[in-house]
Amino acid sequence: MSKRKFRLANEISTGSNVVLNIIFVLISIVCLFPILLVIAISFTEEKQILLHGYNIIPREFSIKAYDFVLSAGDAIMRSYGISILVTILGTILSMSVITLYAYPLARSSFRYKNFFSFFVFFTMIFGGGLVPWFMVYSQLVRIRDTIWIMIVPYLINGFYVMIMRTFIKGSVPEALMESAKIDGAGEFRTFFSIVLPLLKPGLATIGLLSCLGYWNDWYLPLVFVTKRELFNIQYTMYQTLSSIQFLTSGSANFAELGKVLSDLPGESARMAIAVISIGPIIFAYGFFQKYFIKGLTIGAVKG
Amino acid sequence: MKRGLKTQIPFFFMLLPGVIVLLINNYLPMFGVVIAFQQYRFKDNFITSLLTSKLIGFKNFEFFFKTPNAFTVTRNTILYNLAFIFLDIVIPVAMAIMLNELRNKMGAKLYQSIIFLPYFLSWIVVSYLAYSFFSFENGFINKGILGPLGLEPANWYFEPKYWPFILTFFHLWKYTGYNIVVYLASIVGIDGEYYEAAVIDGASKWQSIRHITIPLLKPVMIILTLLAVGRIFNADFGLFFNVPKNMGTLYPATDVIDTYVFRALRNSNNVGMSAAAGLYQAVLGCITVFSANLIVRKIDPEKALF
Repeated sequence: MSKRKFRLANEISTGSNVVLNIIFVLISIVCLFPILLVIAISFTEEKQILLHGYNIIPREFSIKAYDFVLSAGDAIMRSYGISILVTILGTILSMSVITLYAYPLARSSFRYKNFFSFFVFFTMIFGGGLVPWFMVYSQLVRIRDTIWIMIVPYLINGFYVMIMRTFIKGSVPEALMESAKIDGAGEFRTFFSIVLPLLKPGLATIGLLSCLGYWNDWYLPLVFVTKRELFNIQYTMYQTLSSIQFLTSGSANFAELGKVLSDLPGESARMAIAVISIGPIIFAYGFFQKYFIKGLTIGAVKG
Repeated sequence: MKRGLKTQIPFFFMLLPGVIVLLINNYLPMFGVVIAFQQYRFKDNFITSLLTSKLIGFKNFEFFFKTPNAFTVTRNTILYNLAFIFLDIVIPVAMAIMLNELRNKMGAKLYQSIIFLPYFLSWIVVSYLAYSFFSFENGFINKGILGPLGLEPANWYFEPKYWPFILTFFHLWKYTGYNIVVYLASIVGIDGEYYEAAVIDGASKWQSIRHITIPLLKPVMIILTLLAVGRIFNADFGLFFNVPKNMGTLYPATDVIDTYVFRALRNSNNVGMSAAAGLYQAVLGCITVFSANLIVRKIDPEKALF
């Protein structure tokens, strides 16, 4: 059977194709609708929200919320800056730590690779739990309420080491590294001048995954950070939403109420903060989706 | 031998930063589980406190299991995870097969990108999206749907009965795109000759999906399922903590082990019980992971975690 004939015989009918497309358009709407709703609210005039509630099409278009966030929102801009700083520092450091850890595990001439593989993978299976972990950072390695608490805990994880090790094994031939060694290059020279340049796609995958992890993190500030000036953007958003709950639940007394109210951004401004926080992700998503997919596929094959 | 060890030294230097982080972040807390058996009193630092605190045996565990919460949170954790495991196979496999059959490949790519997008948003952002739907005063459902239909607004954040569905919806909304990527990669990897042979034998599309695609996806499905079963005692803290906004009225339907442990530590400052509940979860989780891995290794040693 010719390729063309096979393709025709194997393809679904035009009718089925239309039906499938309709299904996927509906699913796409379900996926996008909540995001579009938040964007719409952020562009709606505050008065209209109080009158008619949230709507997918703004009754009265306004960019006041963004004006407010960008000019008056001092705390918001600073938390945005914290997020950027943590993300950049964290990504660079974690890429280095992970790649340096994965490289010996991928080398057949490293004798203790079973032990060190186990050393990192065991942490994926068993953990001490929240309480001892919390105690370590608050009573021993006292980096609570510093920028480092939002970086150090995510520097290495078994899943990314696994992706990187698989990637090194697949893209750098052992013979190449051995020949560099015979030519008199030390392990570090071999790593930096021969191996590293070949790892660009793998580094991109790991870098993007950890970038996403740092940018979207709210858990570390939730557990460890009490200083307001260290709140990142996600945690600032969390705080805002829980203050609203605090107000609506009626547990606030009058004095507290006044204070919380004056700190609280309006309805549309809150949503504008959320939109600003997802901005960089959507932007990066368009460019780097294929690296994500590649990394997840490598990782999913093993683990 | 001595010379042999010398060649290994550069490798040790490379491993060093990772080893230090793992020691601090993972291994110290593992030894710290002793707290669960102690009446923890702080003295100087974490290690001296561990050494000087009084051992009280299983008192903290007794305390935890005597509360009705122990049962509720364990039940919720397992039931939600079971639902997620089932839906995370059926829906993404169906969608991956459908995406693969689409004749307009550009469209398929676009749909996949859109479905994958929610995976990239943080749970905080998702809690904002949920809030914009379910807020009593302004929410889209009360004001945009129920209002115009002349129906009474619902008090979503005070009624536990809605939440199993809401939480399941947001779990699927966030992770389906991710799971599709995994299954689609396997489908694309299937040798085209199988389908060619099926067409020659006059098989219909349905038949080739049922008898070729699904059987060939089975190993991946089984392994991903077993790995998820291994994590059945671990709940997705972000989902269960943020989306219901930590509302007390919703706990019967939304509280899971992880959120319970967190609150016991943060709100009640009950170190002992919180540590006991955490260790209970870690040990059960460890047992299930090992069992699941044992089964995976029986089926396909290549895919085993260890």
